[in-house]
Amino acid sequence: MMLDFASQADYFWALLPEIVLSLAAMLVLLVDVFQKGNRSEPSRPIIGWLALAGVVVATAANVWIGDLTETGAAGMVAVDQFRIFTNYIFLLVAALSIMLSIGYLERHGMNLGEYFVLLMFSTVGMMLMASARDLILLFLALELMSVAIYVLVGFNRRDARSAEGALKYFMLGAFSSGFLLYGIALVFGSTGSTNLAVIAPLLDGGLAGESLMFLIGAALILTGLGFKVAAVPFHAWTPDVYEGAPTPITGFMATGVKAAAFAAFIRVFAVAFEGVYLQWASVIWWLAVATMVGANLVALTQGSVKRMLAYSSIAHAGYLLVALVSANSYGAAAFLFYLVVYTLMTIGAFGMVIANERGEKERVTLQDYAGLGWQQPMVGAFFSIFLISLAGFPLTGGFIGKVYILKGALDSGLSVLAVILVVSSLVSYFYYLRVVVVMYMQPASSQDAHSGMVLSAPARIALGVAAIAVLVLFFYPGPLLDAAQHSVASLFPDQGFLVGRP
Amino acid sequence: MGFYESHWVLTFLIFAPLVGAGIALAVPAKSAGKVALWTGIIEFLVSVPLFWTFEPLGPAMQNEVAAAWIPSWGIYYRLGLDGISLFMVLLTTLLLPLSVLGSWSYIQDRRNAYYAMLLALTTGVVGVFVAMDMFLFYVFWEMMLIPMYFLIGVWGGTERIYASVKFFLYTMFGSLLMLVAILYMFFRYQAVTGIASFSYFDFLQVPLSMGEQWWLFAAFAIAFAVKVPIFPFHTWLPHAHVQAPTAGSVVLAGVLLKMGTYGFLRFALPLFPGAATDRTTVLLFMVLGLFGIVYTAMVAAVQPNAKRLVAYTSVAHLGFAILGIFAFNIQGVQGALLLMIGHGVSTPMLFFLLGMLYERRHTYELADFGGLAASMPIFASMLVFSALATIGLPGTAGFSAEFLVLLGTFRAEPFVALVAATGVIVAAYYMLPMVQKIIFNSIDRDENRNLVDLNRREVGIMVPLIIVILWIGVYPRPFLDRMEPAVTRLVEYMELSSFAGPDGPGSPADIAAARAAAPLGGSR
Repeated sequence: MMLDFASQADYFWALLPEIVLSLAAMLVLLVDVFQKGNRSEPSRPIIGWLALAGVVVATAANVWIGDLTETGAAGMVAVDQFRIFTNYIFLLVAALSIMLSIGYLERHGMNLGEYFVLLMFSTVGMMLMASARDLILLFLALELMSVAIYVLVGFNRRDARSAEGALKYFMLGAFSSGFLLYGIALVFGSTGSTNLAVIAPLLDGGLAGESLMFLIGAALILTGLGFKVAAVPFHAWTPDVYEGAPTPITGFMATGVKAAAFAAFIRVFAVAFEGVYLQWASVIWWLAVATMVGANLVALTQGSVKRMLAYSSIAHAGYLLVALVSANSYGAAAFLFYLVVYTLMTIGAFGMVIANERGEKERVTLQDYAGLGWQQPMVGAFFSIFLISLAGFPLTGGFIGKVYILKGALDSGLSVLAVILVVSSLVSYFYYLRVVVVMYMQPASSQDAHSGMVLSAPARIALGVAAIAVLVLFFYPGPLLDAAQHSVASLFPDQGFLVGRP
Repeated sequence: MGFYESHWVLTFLIFAPLVGAGIALAVPAKSAGKVALWTGIIEFLVSVPLFWTFEPLGPAMQNEVAAAWIPSWGIYYRLGLDGISLFMVLLTTLLLPLSVLGSWSYIQDRRNAYYAMLLALTTGVVGVFVAMDMFLFYVFWEMMLIPMYFLIGVWGGTERIYASVKFFLYTMFGSLLMLVAILYMFFRYQAVTGIASFSYFDFLQVPLSMGEQWWLFAAFAIAFAVKVPIFPFHTWLPHAHVQAPTAGSVVLAGVLLKMGTYGFLRFALPLFPGAATDRTTVLLFMVLGLFGIVYTAMVAAVQPNAKRLVAYTSVAHLGFAILGIFAFNIQGVQGALLLMIGHGVSTPMLFFLLGMLYERRHTYELADFGGLAASMPIFASMLVFSALATIGLPGTAGFSAEFLVLLGTFRAEPFVALVAATGVIVAAYYMLPMVQKIIFNSIDRDENRNLVDLNRREVGIMVPLIIVILWIGVYPRPFLDRMEPAVTRLVEYMELSSFAGPDGPGSPADIAAARAAAPLGGSR
C-alpha cells in the first residue's frame, strides 16, 4: 500500500501500531476500573495479561505496516524500515517489562492497573519518537514517554528512594525538555522549518549550517537528547533514579527510553544534520569518550549491584554514541543490532536483581549475592550470561554487537575512538566479573541464604527467553545482522560510504 | 573422504570435550569424574592417529574446512592443521585425561562443574590451535578464559580470587587490542579487494605499509606476550599457578602458555613480516627473552614456595622459545617448537608431583619438607627425573630443544646465544636445591615420616609423560621430520617478505612475492 501524506487519513495507517497500543492501554484502564468499581483493592491478574496481549496486537500491526511505502519523505511520521525495526525493539522492551512486573507488583503491594497503562503509553511515546520526522512531533513524543515514566519511577510511593528518584527525574527531565524545546525553536528560526526532510537539504547547501543560531539550536537539541540517553556529563540523575525506581521500570528505562532517544539522535543528527557532520561529530566524539571512560570508572566503585548496572547502562550509552558518531550505514546498523542485544541483556540483568529479592527486601549489595551461583544454579548461570554479554565477551550476542560497533567506527576512520572503547570495556570486565566472583567464589552467609524463588512464571519465561536469545545472537546472528543492515538502507542510500567527510 | 583426511577429526576434537562437559554436568557428582576420564581417553585415542595420518610433505594445510558461519561478514568455520599446530593439538589431548586423573582425589566438592570446566577448557584450546579464521580464532582464544577463570577462582587456594581476576584482566588487556587490530586488517582487506573476509590466508595478503605494520604487530605481540608470558608481562603467572588446582596448573603450563608462542609463529610474524624481522624488534624480543631466562631464574631460585618456583621456571623456559622464534632460522624455530612440546610434558609432570605432595601435606612450602626420599621412594625418583628433565639433561626433551634453540640463536646473534647458554646452568641452580630441600636433607618433621608413597593411579599419570620426555630426548627425529616442512616454509616466507626491496623491507610488493614463492597454505 502506498501512503500519501497529502491525505490526512493516511496518517491513520502510518500510525497503526501506536494507535492500537493506545487503544489497548485505554481498554486496560477501563477493564481495571470496572472490575474494581469504587473499592480500593489490588488489580486482578488478568490486567497484566491484557496489557501483554495489547503489546502482541500492536506487534501484529507493526508487521502489517512493514509493507507500507510512502511517496516522498516529507510526512511528519516516517514510514521506513528503520522505524519498523525500532518499533519491534520498543515492543520487545514493553513485553519483557510487563512479564517481569507480573508477580513483582503483588509482592510489593502496588498491583494497580495504572502501572501497565502508563507503561504502554510510555511505549507509544517511544515509538512515536523513533518515527518523528518533525521536531515538534519529536518533542511531543518525548513528553508522552517521559511523563508516564516520571509516574512509574515513583510508583512505589511508600518507598522514600522511589519518591526521591521520581522527583529528581522530573526536575531534571523538565529542565532537559526546556533545552530541547529551545533548541528546536532556534533551529526553526534559522531554517524556517521543523520538518527534518526540509531542513536537511538546507544544510547540504551550507546555507543554514554556517549560522550561529542553527549551531546553538543543534547544541541544545543535543543536550536535551543527551539527558535522555544519560550521556556523561548529563547523567547525574541516572544512578539515583535507576536505583530508586521499581526494578522492572529500571530495566524499562535503561533500555526503552535510551533506545528511543538514540533513535531520535540518529534521525536528527546522523541523517538530517548530516550536512554539518564536522560540526557535531567532534562534540559527540568527546561525549562518547567521557561517557565510556567516566561511567566505567565510577561503576568500579559501586557496592550495590543495581547501582552498578545503572552505571553500566550509562557506559553502554557511550558505546552507542560511538555508533552514532560513525554516522555510516555500518554504524546505524550496528546501533540497531546492539540495541536488540542490549535490551535483552540489560532487562535480563535487572531481572536477576529481582530474582535475588526475598520477601519485601531488595537484596542488592554485592554480599547479598555470595554463593548464589551454587544455591540457585539457574539464576547464577543466567546472570553470568547476561553479565558476560554486557561485558562484550565471546559466546554472547554482546560480543557481536560490540564488534559491529567497532567495525562501524573503524570504517569511519575512528581508530582512536575504537581503542578507547576497547580499553574502557576492559575496565568494565572488572565490575561485571566481580558479581560472578561473588556468586561463585565466595561462600554464602548460610546454607539456605538463597532458598526460595520469588520470580513468577511469566518473569521466568521472559528471562529464559532473553538468556537464550543472547546466546543465539552469537551463534546465529546472520538474520538479525541482515535485517539491521536492511533497515538502515533507506536512511543511508550511499551504503557503506563515509558521510559528511571531505 | 575418511575421518582423518577430512576436517571431521578436528571438529570432533574440538566439540567432543564440550559434549562431555554437558554430560558431566548432568550426571550425579560421583560419576562426573568417570565421564571426564572417558571423554579424555576417547579424545586422546582419536587424536593419536593424526601423528601418522598427517603428511609432512603434503599440502601446507591439511584437514581443512570452510563452512559459512556469518557469511555477510565473511566469517567462516575455517580449520586447518599443519606441522606447527599438530603437536600442540596432540599435547592438549594428551594432557586432558592425565589432568582428569590428577584431579581424581584432589577435587572433592562441586565435581560436576569442575570436570565440565576442565573439558570446556580443552575445547577452547584445541580450537585456538586449529582455527584459520581470525574471528573464530579470537572466539576460541577468549572462550578458554572462562573455564580457566573458574578453575582458579572456585577450586583454587586461599588467594584464588585475586589470582583469577588478575589472570583474566591481564589476558583481556592484550586480546582486546588484538581484536581492534583484527578488525583493522578486515577493513584493509575489504578496502583493497572489496570482499569481506576474516580468513587468515586472506589476511596474509593484505598489503600494509611499514607504519601500519608497526601498530598492528604491537597489538598482536602484546596479546601473545602476555600469554607466553614474556618478561615484563609475566607477573600474573606466579599468582595463577600457585592458586590454581593441580590440573589448572598443568593445563596452564602445558598448553595455555604455548598459545602465546604459537600465536607468534602463526600470526604475529607472518602477518607483519616487515615489523617482525626489523632488527629493533628482533633485538628487543631477544633481550626480553634473555631477561626471562636469567632474571626469572634468579627469582625462581629464592622462592620458598615450590609451586611458585616452578611457575617462574616456565617464564625462563619460554624465554628460550622466544629466542628460537626470533632467530628466524630453521634450527631456532624447530628448537622453539620442540621446547614447547618438551616443556609441555616436563613442567606438568612437576606440577602433578607437587599436587600429589599437596594432597598429603597441604602445603607447597619447601621448609615444610625434607627427607621424603626415605618415606616416598617412588615419588622421590620421579621428582629427580622431572627436575633433571626441566634442567635439560642430555637424553631428555629439554636438552634437544635447548640445544637447537642455542644453535639457531648462535647463527643469528652469537652474543645472545652466549648469555642464553648460561640459562642452562642457572636452571640447575634453582632446580637442584628444590629437589634437595624436598626429598633429601634429613627428616626433621614428624608429619613427613609416614607419608604414603604414590599409588598406581599416580604412577600411571607419570608414565606417559616420562615416555614422551625420553622419546624426544633420545630420538626427536619423528617430531622434527613432521614439523620441518612447515617450519621451512615459515622461515623462507619471513626471509623473502623481509628482503629489502626498492620500497624497503616488508613492503607490500615483497609480501606478495613471498606469498607466491613460499605459500603458507590454505586452499581458497
